[in-house]
Amino acid sequence: MNVQQIVADDADAAGENANAKQFLTFRIGKEYFGIELEQTREILEYTGVTEVPLMPSFLSGVINLRGEMVPVIDLAVRLGRAPIQVQRRTCIIVVEIHAQDQDHVLGLLADGVSEVVEIPHQEIEKAPSFGSNIRAEFIHGIAKRDNQFVVLLDAANALSVNELAHLVETELQ
Amino acid sequence: MSMDSALQTFFAEADELLDYMESALLRLEQGQADSETLNEIFRAAHTIKGSAGLFGLHSIVGFTHFVENVLDKARAGDIVIDAGLQGLMLHCKDHILTLLNDVKAGRETSHDTMHKGEELLQQLQPWLAGEVIALQEPADQSRTSQADSDRDSGAWHISLRLSPDVLQNGMDPLSFFRFLSGIGDIVQLATLADGLPQTMEEFDPEILYLGFEIDLVTDQDRAAIEEAFCFVQDGSDIRILPPTAKVSEYINLIQSLPESNQKLGEILIKSGVLTQANLDSALDEQTVQAASQSSPQMLGEILTGKQSVPREVVDAALDKQKKLKERPAQESRFVRVDAEKLDNLINLIGELVISRQRVDLLAAQTEHGPLLDAVASLGGFTEHIRDAALTLRMVPIGDTFQRFRRLVRDTAAELGKSIELKIRGAETELDRSMVEKLTDPLTHIVRNAIDHGIEAQAVRTGRGKSATGTLCLSAYHDAGIIVIEVSDDGGGLDLQRIRQKAVANGLIEDTANLSNHDLSQLIFHPGLSTAEKVTDLSGRGVGMDVVKRNIDSLQGSVDVDSVPGEGTRLRIRLPLTLAIIDGFHVASRNTHFIIPQNTVLECMDLDALTQDQGRECVNLRGEQIPFIRLSKIFALPEREQVLDVVREKLVVVQFGETRSGIVVEDLFGEVQTVVKPLSPIFQALQGVGGSSLLGTGDIAFILDVPQLIELAVRVEDRLSRATVRSTAKEK
Repeated sequence: MNVQQIVADDADAAGENANAKQFLTFRIGKEYFGIELEQTREILEYTGVTEVPLMPSFLSGVINLRGEMVPVIDLAVRLGRAPIQVQRRTCIIVVEIHAQDQDHVLGLLADGVSEVVEIPHQEIEKAPSFGSNIRAEFIHGIAKRDNQFVVLLDAANALSVNELAHLVETELQ
Repeated sequence: MSMDSALQTFFAEADELLDYMESALLRLEQGQADSETLNEIFRAAHTIKGSAGLFGLHSIVGFTHFVENVLDKARAGDIVIDAGLQGLMLHCKDHILTLLNDVKAGRETSHDTMHKGEELLQQLQPWLAGEVIALQEPADQSRTSQADSDRDSGAWHISLRLSPDVLQNGMDPLSFFRFLSGIGDIVQLATLADGLPQTMEEFDPEILYLGFEIDLVTDQDRAAIEEAFCFVQDGSDIRILPPTAKVSEYINLIQSLPESNQKLGEILIKSGVLTQANLDSALDEQTVQAASQSSPQMLGEILTGKQSVPREVVDAALDKQKKLKERPAQESRFVRVDAEKLDNLINLIGELVISRQRVDLLAAQTEHGPLLDAVASLGGFTEHIRDAALTLRMVPIGDTFQRFRRLVRDTAAELGKSIELKIRGAETELDRSMVEKLTDPLTHIVRNAIDHGIEAQAVRTGRGKSATGTLCLSAYHDAGIIVIEVSDDGGGLDLQRIRQKAVANGLIEDTANLSNHDLSQLIFHPGLSTAEKVTDLSGRGVGMDVVKRNIDSLQGSVDVDSVPGEGTRLRIRLPLTLAIIDGFHVASRNTHFIIPQNTVLECMDLDALTQDQGRECVNLRGEQIPFIRLSKIFALPEREQVLDVVREKLVVVQFGETRSGIVVEDLFGEVQTVVKPLSPIFQALQGVGGSSLLGTGDIAFILDVPQLIELAVRVEDRLSRATVRSTAKEK
């Protein structure tokens, strides 16, 4: 599955709007999340990961993406949920996070991708300071789609390479 | 080539030339004042000035000009470069570098730098005899003495028919205009497109078809204008007419250029040097003359015949051309390639190596004889290609070593010590990326050796040693790794003080029984080498932990040997390259690992060996070898189903002087692997240096053997302490 394709398919439905951003929405358990489309690179079918020794549980392992070693994060664990159980629709969303003048490529484990949606600015609400069971700085905002809340992630914070590395260091001590 | 990339090339070239200049100057100091060395110094200054002129870098041109003049005199034998001038020249070289760096960084030259430049020129004064020095107007006054008498406020006329291949040679005609507008005002510029091919098919974008007619108002002389074109004289037709040129000279010009007379005439009329009337009459006259003479006089002949070009200028131009001809001979031996392109090639070859392994595996399953043969020969070539590609990135370490001559000279002079630097194995090659990362740690080590290692002259003579200390930098290959040694004949490490410090800082127990060798290695411990502690430690220790960290990051190791009173030797071991390594493929549970081949000694069944009860240690031909179980140290998950009885295998590895064993379940044999760095997220993971793709598509982790051993030591340490604590609690 190619993100560009999905964009092409959805572009007509969503329409062009300068005041809106496109998000890729996906499912973890019964919850829906969104990540800025700009930060995503591709979506892969889950065919297994290579576990890295001694890693904390949010780090599922690494995959070989055309010769590049990409760490795969179990987003459920990172967001404080139970680990993802692999099933037929499990997929890996490949994202690119810019930090410390470098682009870091990461894979995110998800229970399934839903769609690409364009969400106008005014429809994005600020995250409530509590109640979502997710650290506030991980949330960019919350939007409503088809009577369903979609938590739009702040990828720079939720997937901060610095913080992940620090968590690994703590785990290893 | 765009202006910017040309400028980058200039920077790279200038850096290199300054390096040559410095090493040649240092050779002078050692009494090697032959003409070749002098020439080399002169050429460096000359080329930098010339190229800087092309880019309109006046600060560099202005300063270098005088340096060049002095060097030119030395080359001609008019003056002798004594120690004073040699030192001054080194400072001048540094100053050019400062100016260059300012340009690189896009900074304005600071007032201090300007001042420094003027100071240096003042010091150069005695050798410049009679030349008027002024930085503000580069390359001007000095030439005034020999300038033609044809100075006028009018415009110079320049006809440019550059060699068609100048673009291919990396010259951008625009740079000449830029240079010219730097020395004066271009009042008119006409482009002649007569040379353009008739059809698009014939058009070659890399050929310069255009001619230029330029009118330049400047108070500079002919030589200064000619300087703009000194790199493109070959094959180019460049004519320069002074403002005072007679109408007849212009007519000659028109006639000798390939474009139609009419067209050229129009341009000249437009620029105001000719009127329609005198053009018409002159052209008629010329035609008559041409008919009467067998061949029209060439412009060059006319120019010299009329003495409008002073003899010296012609000589200078000829000299320049000669020097330009010397250059290609040197350059053709090397090709300058963008480092990124090389890295790309290495990456691609990495992929090739992996694909080839996949083909190997698949072919082996077919048991098809001819196919297997073909695959085997393909494998052979792949290995050759890999090795050849890797050598492209290899550079001799000599250049790095040479740079220390200056450091040693300056530091020793500062401390009032006399030190000779010896270099051995300069031709030893290693990966370019490693050379860059080596400079810092080496600088540290060398500084330390001079500062703390080699004693003051009085102390040395008192100890019966020669007053001049010796510092030796050497490099050699040893069993697939490269060894770099820095040794001195100084006082050696003060082991007693190191021991005291180590005990005081809690690094070792007071009662610890350490060999001298082990004690020496403590200098690399971070706890021993904070700046404050170093000053009262008479041995070394300044940032040695930083040195060790740097070397570690290159997958290398460093150790130190010292004999009190006789000297110290630091030995750095490094892998040849970081990109592709030969490895030994093993697996424990379901996780694949690669052990770098150069550390592997042998492998065997673990059960066949006598194991010490309770301790993770085997007896191998009488030697005690401690081992590490990968499944245990990495807490690898159990296999789901174990069908066969798993027989554990022992891989004996050696790193430095230490031998240890690594216990795994499966041995797969030798593989070539491409090192793929792991994400920085995994930085804290010890014992794994990177990852690699196997022919099967599986991912393997490359073991960092020294780190793994360190990890094992730490884990054991923690475990034993925990046991002590729990037994204490029980009591």
